[in-house]
Amino acid sequence: MNVPFEKVLEKKESYFKYLRLDKLPTIWCPGCGIGQALKATCMALYDLGIDNDQVAMVSGIGCSSRTPGYFDGFTLHTTHGRALAFATGLKLFKPELTTIVFTGDGDCFAIGGNHFIHAARRNIDVTVVMINNWIYGMTHGQVSPTTPLGSQTTTTPGGNYEPNFDVAELAKAAGATYVARGTAYHVTELKKLIQDGIKHKGFSFIEVLSPCTIIYGRKNRMTFEEMYMWLKENTIPVKAWEKLPEEKRAGKLPRGVLYHDDSRPEYTEVYWNRVKQLSGGEK
Amino acid sequence: MAKLELKYGNHACAEAAILAGCRFYAGYPITPSSEIAERMAELLPRHGGAFIQMEDEIASMAAIVGASFAGAKAMTATSGPGFSLKQENLGYAFMVEAPCVVVNVQRGGPSTGLPTQIGQQEIMQSLWGTHGDKLIPVFYPGNVQEIMEETIRAFNWAERLRTPVVLLLDEVLGHMRETVDMEQFTPDKVEIWNRKMPEVPPEEYLPYKPGEDDVPAIAPYGTPGYRGHATGLHHDYTGFPTTNPEMCEELIERLIRKVKRNQPEMEKNEEYKLDDAEVAIVAFGTTARAAKTAVDMAREKGIKAGLLRVVTIWPSPEETLNKLAKHVNAILVPELNMGQYVLEVERCAKGEAPVYRLNRANGKVIYPAEILSKLEEIVKARV
Repeated sequence: MNVPFEKVLEKKESYFKYLRLDKLPTIWCPGCGIGQALKATCMALYDLGIDNDQVAMVSGIGCSSRTPGYFDGFTLHTTHGRALAFATGLKLFKPELTTIVFTGDGDCFAIGGNHFIHAARRNIDVTVVMINNWIYGMTHGQVSPTTPLGSQTTTTPGGNYEPNFDVAELAKAAGATYVARGTAYHVTELKKLIQDGIKHKGFSFIEVLSPCTIIYGRKNRMTFEEMYMWLKENTIPVKAWEKLPEEKRAGKLPRGVLYHDDSRPEYTEVYWNRVKQLSGGEK
Repeated sequence: MAKLELKYGNHACAEAAILAGCRFYAGYPITPSSEIAERMAELLPRHGGAFIQMEDEIASMAAIVGASFAGAKAMTATSGPGFSLKQENLGYAFMVEAPCVVVNVQRGGPSTGLPTQIGQQEIMQSLWGTHGDKLIPVFYPGNVQEIMEETIRAFNWAERLRTPVVLLLDEVLGHMRETVDMEQFTPDKVEIWNRKMPEVPPEEYLPYKPGEDDVPAIAPYGTPGYRGHATGLHHDYTGFPTTNPEMCEELIERLIRKVKRNQPEMEKNEEYKLDDAEVAIVAFGTTARAAKTAVDMAREKGIKAGLLRVVTIWPSPEETLNKLAKHVNAILVPELNMGQYVLEVERCAKGEAPVYRLNRANGKVIYPAEILSKLEEIVKARV
């Protein structure tokens, strides 16, 4: 069912107001999940009633980091791995802006790993949408910190032999106060997860499992359909997951809100309260 | 009425930044620049600004660019190794035209080098450190009073041209206590320039469309209606990536031209006893202080020496240096590196006068007597 691009635009969906329609179509490959994550983010903002003028979107380098170009807000496409550091400066100076970071597994957890753990530790009110496609897509298929063991990549001929991160656990351990996992297959659910992440006052991390159909799929002999079906069959809603006996969990992942803590103070609020005490609060 | 205060070099830099309107500082501890961060941590909250100690040097540079896009006058300070780490994001700031000030209190290098001792080894790196072509203003004061002047001037040019500006200090200047006349720094006497704002309605707004001065008017992020995109990729007037060769050429040429065309106004030197000089010294920062004494010592010995102390080291004072070479018999460039600015002096001299070097990179300053004996050597060789 190939819908011509013009026909898609004709539908004028509510969330279209967040898209730079003149910049479409995107650069992403057929079957890529990043578009779903962008759509879910736009729908979440629409339902939250947050206007375009209230949103900053920051990214680093990679396929997922091209997202801000298509998002009609205040957008910053920065250097590889550093999106969270740029976003920290922006958010700290203008806390009133809803700040969303789009990033990927390589950008966020290899080159940007240090910025990630420290942004989480500070509990700064930034929502991170991390597209986990298990590979460096834009540079055509090198191993990433989330590539599953045994997967084929261009830099692990014969299969990946490096252990990978459980990024949700990493986020939680570093101090993130909202941690969720969604997939590009479950878009409505993903929208809800991102929406709750934006609503949460503190560091929110949403891992989006998203197939890289053209690079990862081809190298690992999985078709577009197989990759999406894998997400459907191997991710389990968190409530069901909790009831699942240990032996049935192997090879599967929980999906939904994995951790949520509203008790910790948010970084910019703590900082500006100190300023208010010292200076009367004007910039 | 003079209002004299004894000030520590690094603290003077921080205090002048506040005067210039700096309201955001991000940094990482490094010798010999840490006192700038420490003073900013005290001052900024009291002036309604934001201070943050980031997780590393790269992040500090990133954070000030983020804050700059949100409308802040922003600064970071570092030294050698940290300056190296900042280079990629410094290039990004140049490319996306984010006004900001990067202070580098130079120590001995390469690598970890001599953390507590002086160096002048980032003369070339401050201009060429990041990958790709760039031209950014680089100022290098020579005393504590001037640290204050140059910090304010760095912010002003950063804002006016929407560019990062590098302020070079060195370990001796940063850690020196000197009397400053605060009279010229009372708020009504300090001239402050601010970045320009878009004058078109939101529907006509193109963030990267330059004005006649080659500078675009980019609205601070969060300004209602003036949304925009910024990227380190080559981009068109909308800020969106392009590989169109005409657009890319226009962009890179404009980025360099917008600084270059302001060189005459940006040029700042101190001329000392140059009028009748037969041999000239070209120096900057702490080395220029020794050079000044050396000029007096040489004159006592009958050598007609003079000093050109360069404050705006980049873009370099090409014409001034060329005129100087025509006017004197020889030029000496003493500097605390293995020979960096001397290359620029040679280039600008265009063979009009021989250019001699006096180099040292062992953590020690060059003393006036050493410059004097080099001057004597030069004069002897030319008789």
